Amino acid sequence: MAKRVGIEVSLAISEAVKLANVDAIAAYPITPQTHIVEHLSELVADGELDAAFIPVESEHSAMSVCAGTSAAGARTYTATSSQGLALMNEILYIIPALRLPVVMTIANRAISGPISIWNDHSDIMGVRDTGWIAVFAENGQEAFDLSLMAFKIAEDHRVLLPISVNIDGFTLSHVIEPHEFLGQEEVDKFLPEYKPAVQLNPDAPVSMGTVGIPEIFTEAKKCQDEVLKGSEAVVKEVFAEFGEMFGREYKVVETYRSEGAETLLMTMGSVSETAMEAIDKMRDEGKAVGLIRLRLWRPFPVEALRAEMVGVKTLAVIDRAVSFGGTGGPVASEVRSALYSIDQAPYVASFIAGLGGRDITIDDFIMVVGQAERMAAEKEIHQYKMIGVRE
Amino acid sequence: MENLNVYAAKLAPQQESLAPGHRACQGCAELLAVRLVAKTLGKDYIIANATGCLEIVTSSFPHSAWEVPWIHVAFENAAAVASGVEAGVKILKKKGKYPVDRKITIIAQAGDGGTVDIGLQALSGALERGHDMVYICYDNEAYMNTGIQRSSATPYGATTTTSPAGEASPLGQHTMKKNVVEIAAAHNIPYVATASPSYPFDLMQKVRKAADTPGPAYIHCFVPCPTGWRMAPNLAVSIGRIAVESKVFPLYEIENGEYKMTVTHKNHRPVIDYLKPQGRFRHLSEGNIAEIQQQVDKSYDRLLKKVKMSQIELD
Ligand SMILES: Cc1ncc(C[n+]2csc(CCOP(=O)(O)OP(=O)(O)O)c2C)c(N)n1
Ligand code: SF4
Ligand SMILES: [Mg+2]
Repeated sequence: MAKRVGIEVSLAISEAVKLANVDAIAAYPITPQTHIVEHLSELVADGELDAAFIPVESEHSAMSVCAGTSAAGARTYTATSSQGLALMNEILYIIPALRLPVVMTIANRAISGPISIWNDHSDIMGVRDTGWIAVFAENGQEAFDLSLMAFKIAEDHRVLLPISVNIDGFTLSHVIEPHEFLGQEEVDKFLPEYKPAVQLNPDAPVSMGTVGIPEIFTEAKKCQDEVLKGSEAVVKEVFAEFGEMFGREYKVVETYRSEGAETLLMTMGSVSETAMEAIDKMRDEGKAVGLIRLRLWRPFPVEALRAEMVGVKTLAVIDRAVSFGGTGGPVASEVRSALYSIDQAPYVASFIAGLGGRDITIDDFIMVVGQAERMAAEKEIHQYKMIGVRE
Repeated sequence: MENLNVYAAKLAPQQESLAPGHRACQGCAELLAVRLVAKTLGKDYIIANATGCLEIVTSSFPHSAWEVPWIHVAFENAAAVASGVEAGVKILKKKGKYPVDRKITIIAQAGDGGTVDIGLQALSGALERGHDMVYICYDNEAYMNTGIQRSSATPYGATTTTSPAGEASPLGQHTMKKNVVEIAAAHNIPYVATASPSYPFDLMQKVRKAADTPGPAYIHCFVPCPTGWRMAPNLAVSIGRIAVESKVFPLYEIENGEYKMTVTHKNHRPVIDYLKPQGRFRHLSEGNIAEIQQQVDKSYDRLLKKVKMSQIELD
């Protein structure tokens, strides 16, 4: 089996990108993404990675350059956070519409204002509907593995869509963890060379990004959504293949001690690890509580989520972002609508926590579970509860 | 036109990569210029196109006027997209993964709005990074695609739909045209030029030179727009000539920092000859026109000084 290395998660991601033998990287620095691209530029400068490193003058251009490199047929990578992702917004929509399989790490960070460099999920939630596949990692190993799998998913000709691998800024990006690295040969076996379906090539000219007149626009959007929804099957396939080859199992919806649970906590990202400890504690006390962790955020895994709801009475969803003026946390709102039409849908309690780097502790999770059960019993009508707000 | 093939073949290449049947207005000099560029470059080039008239009139799905690879992503990022295409093709060639082994010219093309306003940052980034590409700005002096709004390339005294002449503001546009040619040159890139489809051979020569120059090249192409300039379509070519003859839009190039005029005239026409046929200047007073004449003389003299300096340096 492969060797275990203690290394900062950002560097592990860069190593995965190197193992993926990317052709082009375009990036602009922003905390907490910086270590990833710094390391990649080093790998390129040292000749360890044969890739074009394009140090652009903004994130808008980073994503625009990615459009160009990917359209030329190059395996393309970028990384960003927060304001950088927001600045890319316009181009984020266009990348999937052009069917360009760009891979991006998002070191999740709060969106201004007030300006904050610390972690929450307000950046990714703001680009929810741009048409990217989005997955979440909970620890360094997952970040490494998902970074490799991301290329394989995105570049599959049934998909050809961009994908973001979300890692929590600082709490994941800047910690040193043990990682099981993979060798180049096994990676090459898992991830063959990118073969573009179309590329900018004078021998076979194509026009990409033409005007969408009303007669075709609706159809174009329908196609795009069908492909994105269809990508879930490919994600599962790639997870399974990865598991078979390397022994680490991934699912679009992960659970933890959820058997027989009447109450489930629901998390996304690195807080899941703290939540697991909270579950252990509550289970030790004899409570029928489990955890459900969303790994695939887009396309939203409706069926996989519904399948976990058997016998569940209360679902306490933790959101790390605010949907201002909305009906609940962004994840909770999705979950509510995904479960609305099933028989005996659980009561969905929406909690917003961990904004802008605020910790969520084991005790917080235990408190949330208690509160959710009480709200469920009282059928409390609410939009969301924000926890830990100092009065 | 009977003997067109006899004469034209001697003058301009017959090859076309911009197909007829696009949707530009009658007399559009932008499309005329693009066609000349296309004739010069043949088939071995790739275009990154900004949003604007040029993109809209040539690419309404399921049609496309482009017989070369062409990509449009957004309005302000043609330079960045072209950077990516250039970098992508280059690395793939190096790794033996790109199927074409000939030299391929990378073109970024945008209107004045997509260049001098919203696209200036991406342009600067691309020029500074030194990508081997040619950026062509097709300057029709306003945001034509969205209905003739002013840009920072709209000249002093022109009316547009957002710089109208009115009681309180009789001049229309009251700012000076931004000199993006100088901004491009300030990046110390090897080749910068102005061009006009009214001088087709000068334009084609410059495009050839720009494409053959390793590193970034910038061409600022002056393209009269009958619709936006409120003039008859049949005047597009002649007004472009008058622009040069009246010193309003001089044709020159800056090669490795050295300035050189490429078209000169002994006797310059007064600017009024240029302003008169255009409805966008109809409101100007004699005083305004005299002022514009002064501005034009001054900036032309300044340009000549740079040309002279370059000659001294070369001697
Ligand atoms: C970010 C953004 N802002 C505004 C627009 C609207 N828009 C599209 S084309 C255009 C004007 C184009 O002007 P120019 O670049 O001069 O090209 P022209 O049409 O004049 O050839 C504008 C304002 C847009 N597409 N994207
Ligand atoms: S509006 Fe002007 S630039 Fe646009 S197509 Fe018509 S003539 Fe050409
Ligand atoms: Mg314009």
